[in-house]
Amino acid sequence: MKKNIHSMNNPIRSLWNNKTRRTTFSTYAVVIVAFVIMQLLDSAGMLSYAMRGQLIPICVYIVLAISLNLVVGISGELSLGHAGFMGVGAFVGAVTSTALQGLIPDATLRLVFSMVLGGIFAAIMGLIIGIPVLRLRGDYLAIVTLAFGEIIRNIANNLYVGMDEKGLHFAFLSEEGLHMSDAGKLVMAGPRGTVNITPIATFLTGFILILITLFIVLNLVNSKEGRAIKAIRDNRIAAESVGINVMSFKLKAFVISAILAGMAGALYGLSMSNVTSVKFSFTTSIDILVFVVLGGMGNILGSVIAATILTLLPELMRPLADYRMIMYAIVLIVVMLFTWSPKLKGAIEVVTGNLKEWLGKLTNKKEVGTNG
Amino acid sequence: MAEYSKKMVKVPTYSYLREQDADKLPVLDVRNLGIDFGGLTAVDSFNMTIGPTEISGLIGPNGAGKTTIFNLLTSVYQPTRGSILLRGIDTKGMSTHKVTRMGIARTFQNIRLFTDMTAMDNVKVGMHKDIKCSFLSSLLRLPSYYKAEKAADKKAMELLEFMGLADVADVKAGSLPYGVQRRLEIARALATNPSVLLLDEPAAGMNPSETAELTEQIRRIRDTFQIAIILIEHDMNLVMNVCEGIVVVNYGKIIAKGTPEQIKDDPAVIEAYLGKKEDGAAC
Repeated sequence: MKKNIHSMNNPIRSLWNNKTRRTTFSTYAVVIVAFVIMQLLDSAGMLSYAMRGQLIPICVYIVLAISLNLVVGISGELSLGHAGFMGVGAFVGAVTSTALQGLIPDATLRLVFSMVLGGIFAAIMGLIIGIPVLRLRGDYLAIVTLAFGEIIRNIANNLYVGMDEKGLHFAFLSEEGLHMSDAGKLVMAGPRGTVNITPIATFLTGFILILITLFIVLNLVNSKEGRAIKAIRDNRIAAESVGINVMSFKLKAFVISAILAGMAGALYGLSMSNVTSVKFSFTTSIDILVFVVLGGMGNILGSVIAATILTLLPELMRPLADYRMIMYAIVLIVVMLFTWSPKLKGAIEVVTGNLKEWLGKLTNKKEVGTNG
Repeated sequence: MAEYSKKMVKVPTYSYLREQDADKLPVLDVRNLGIDFGGLTAVDSFNMTIGPTEISGLIGPNGAGKTTIFNLLTSVYQPTRGSILLRGIDTKGMSTHKVTRMGIARTFQNIRLFTDMTAMDNVKVGMHKDIKCSFLSSLLRLPSYYKAEKAADKKAMELLEFMGLADVADVKAGSLPYGVQRRLEIARALATNPSVLLLDEPAAGMNPSETAELTEQIRRIRDTFQIAIILIEHDMNLVMNVCEGIVVVNYGKIIAKGTPEQIKDDPAVIEAYLGKKEDGAAC
């Protein structure tokens, strides 16, 4: 082995590259295959009404989980207000879509435009939070993002937005404050959430958003910026000592995550006729965090799978009626044990090790077979 | 490899510079440096001049303020008094990453590697500023990204080979043995393309044969990269062997400066390390 090292530098490196490439490839493959299967099932009429209703939310949660993983898993900062960014995106998206209804008749184009605008607003929020908070060392981000999520929810809960021939009207606390003409219609009605929304989101746009998210996050992780971000997570002082601007890279990761969450939020807000601010409370932030932790910190494919399964689980367990949330909790505990307990991890490694050995033998035999 | 004369020349700010460095701009010129932590003066009136290719030692008993001086040089702390001139530029008010970009790289007494990343990636993080590829082109995977990554891979591998780490390139830094981790930290520091390399106890925890190897490696680094090296070390064999100039500090102040021969016989140094003779309690 050692003899070969110096002459085999290139193969070793390309093998390593292939490993990263293999992970990236399998992540894309899983998502694409899952989409195709779902699309086929749907066209064959084999999906229940409830399941069909879950398709877009699944896409939304996958994007949210991947983007939160960028902050929590890869950048190593705890954010507890991801639903806040989602909420910003959802409400901005809903208002944009309604405002542009006359201007852009094409639904898809309007959806894309709303999502972009939702992303931009979420990015602005990300900058406002990130610039002061990411300068600090410690878990301040968790506290501030937690508050941010609640602030967004409360603002949305009291915000009235109307639309008439003169344009958009905004008011706080009451509908009367809008001073709309008779032809005007409400877009956001405080605690009642978004109203009069034409659901224009489709499963296909959700799927494309997932692909864009994967493209951005995976490319980021495997670039010099991604290395810098992971270096900061591993050892902040050492990262500074090799010339990395800690604040700048933390902010980059945080804002990119906010943009993606905002876009996912816009997709969510336009996938149903009514979304209330309750949806963007702390519980949703924690749900997304659970997807990330369960899927594995920094593991993108893990986030995708965890988000899918955990969004479907309550739906699949509907026959269990009142027991389903207990089952949900049990599933969470069991998966946590299997992924985090060193003993169980060791046991799994033994099993997979044996499996690999067995597979290796199998392929070796094949090679021998072809050679002979 | 070029041969260097061991002859030293006296200069005004610091006792000695190597003969061939005497007419050049010193790479590091520390003047009257001091820092207070609250009421405690950790470092005071510290002067040091380092030639462009000098290997210099910073020694002193535990708690003398050696690491604090390194932290001042790398702007981890901002000095209360005095100035640090790096190739003539005052680093006052600069952040650590800026100072590193200007050419000071360091290793740490308690190893600080990116434990979850491979040895190769650790070095590539060190090369960060030299990987010429914009954020957008790495996000969109433009051809310039592949070009820059390929060049970075090549240079990182060269550095790993230089430090004898080629065969652990793909191993996670955290799972490497202690001595190897120390070498990897030096490789990562070298990756930043420094003009001054600060080594904080590079031989700590090494056995004599590893230390001997390290001595050779330190010289090789200077000769190959033509950079200045300052090392904090308790292993006197290593210091006396490899250093051309030595500064001894105690209680944050310089108590002696000079060549290894001069330091060996300096009464102030002997006193700092062993205690006063009159006490009769040399420990």
